[in-house]
Amino acid sequence: MIWNKERETLTDTKKKVIQGELLKGLVQRAYDRIPFYKSALEKAGVSPADVNSISDIQKLPFTTKNDLRDNYPFGMFAVPMDNIVEIHTSSGTTGKPVIGGYTKADIDLWGEVMARCLTTSGTTQNDIIQNAYGYGLFTGGLGVHYGARRIGANVIPISGGNTKRQIMIMQDFGSTIITCTPSYSLYLAEVGEEQGIDFKTLKLKAGNFGAEPWSDNMRKEIESRLHLLALDIYGLTEIIGPGVGNECRYKTGIHICDDHFYPEVINPHTGEVLPYGEIGELVITTLTREATPLIRYRTRDITSLIPGECTCGRTSMRMKRIMGRTDDMLIIRGVNVFPSQIEEVLIRIEGLEPHYQIIVERVGNLDELSIHVEMNERLISDEIKELETLEQQIKEEIESMLGIKVGVQLVEPKTIVRSEGKAKRVIDRREL
Amino acid sequence: MKTRQISVFLENKVGRILEITEILGAHTINIRALSLADTSDFGILRMIVDDVEKTVKVLKEKGFIVKESHVVAVEVPDKPGGLAAVLKVLGKEKINVEYMYAFFEQPQNKALLIFRFENPDRAVQILQESGINIAAEDALGVH
Repeated sequence: MIWNKERETLTDTKKKVIQGELLKGLVQRAYDRIPFYKSALEKAGVSPADVNSISDIQKLPFTTKNDLRDNYPFGMFAVPMDNIVEIHTSSGTTGKPVIGGYTKADIDLWGEVMARCLTTSGTTQNDIIQNAYGYGLFTGGLGVHYGARRIGANVIPISGGNTKRQIMIMQDFGSTIITCTPSYSLYLAEVGEEQGIDFKTLKLKAGNFGAEPWSDNMRKEIESRLHLLALDIYGLTEIIGPGVGNECRYKTGIHICDDHFYPEVINPHTGEVLPYGEIGELVITTLTREATPLIRYRTRDITSLIPGECTCGRTSMRMKRIMGRTDDMLIIRGVNVFPSQIEEVLIRIEGLEPHYQIIVERVGNLDELSIHVEMNERLISDEIKELETLEQQIKEEIESMLGIKVGVQLVEPKTIVRSEGKAKRVIDRREL
Repeated sequence: MKTRQISVFLENKVGRILEITEILGAHTINIRALSLADTSDFGILRMIVDDVEKTVKVLKEKGFIVKESHVVAVEVPDKPGGLAAVLKVLGKEKINVEYMYAFFEQPQNKALLIFRFENPDRAVQILQESGINIAAEDALGVH
């Protein structure tokens, strides 16, 4: 089922024309109405007249989170305050919050893209959506709400928390769709199981889970414990909130609403645009946002793009599940290394668990990367050569993945520091 | 005629073996034989203990990674050429020794050789056919 068949199944040629026209309009608006963009474009030596097609996007400068902070609170608004109908912010845990302003048209847009996202999980007007994302300044609650309204589904604005009540409502109202963070869904499962609830008997059929990174293993757990289809939804306050994209039931990547949010993946070190399939930082341009438009916004999320038509029929650009943040990225001898790449290798090796730590040291003038991997019951041998073979196998597979030499060391379990359930993956001992 | 051996994975860190011996001591477990194999990063401590189940339990409780495997304990007279006689039999039959260690028992004046074979059953058969004494677990005080 596709919400907006026309826009979600555009041919490549047609989509490029639409994106090009929208980009042209966006750059003109940003230049005319936002002093920050006027000076950024001038500094980059680009005039709105230089933008004629979507490929011209590479001429444009990037926008960073710092730019948004520098223009806090309303410096990035492209419309007069009278036209703003709603404001949302990020949590602002790392400083001043990031502001998203919305005109009436932006709210309509939000409803449209969220309707598309909810439809990927099979949501129709006959569904009851239990929306357990927080309502308030956080974009999650209202974003889903607007999408549900657009579809005409019955939305229960329960917001986050009060888990026992969530479960009661789920049972009594017969909720069919759940929207919340993936970790909260597992908490719901846990509390429900404690109460002796058999989730098989509930009417839940799907969930759109997002707002935090998760893994395929977590998906399997959610699907088996809650007995539903668990799909990944992606979004960020800066762009619109949830609704940037969502997986479809074929789980082949997150379908980005790319007629509104134009995605690129860049090398976070050089800013160079990477070919499809290569891993780098996701950059998004909001082609149609009115109040707070962004040109080439660096999301700091690490992913890769997948072009082409999906089995579901959508032709929208897809992106892989978020692998991490650029903040986690290491540059070792000029090569970008993400902890998640190492995790990927470890998961592939039979018997290994992804309990590892990356240690970076500078020996002489060279960076050295060593990976400590925890030993476990399934892998231990009484023979040194078997463990050495294992070390060698891990080493070779990581080297072939990263393209640089690494050291691998087997360590005793639980020697890797865990804090608040989250392992500290990288120890950088370089003094630069 | 096989003997259970406990192997423990250890990082090369000061005090780790002491820790294990203290845990076993506190649980009145006696180590009958012991050997340490190591690389620059990690080691494997191999032990024959008098109470196998208890050893596995207490070490696992303390978070150690433990494995049980089977070795063959061969008894030879404690005199020159004792080991050579055994190795000769094995060599002739092309039985590969993965690793081995030895200790000797004072009162009986006998040496005990602990062998790890790829195929222990065949090794036992060949050794016995050649009249070489294999010590059973209870003879080693293992229960």
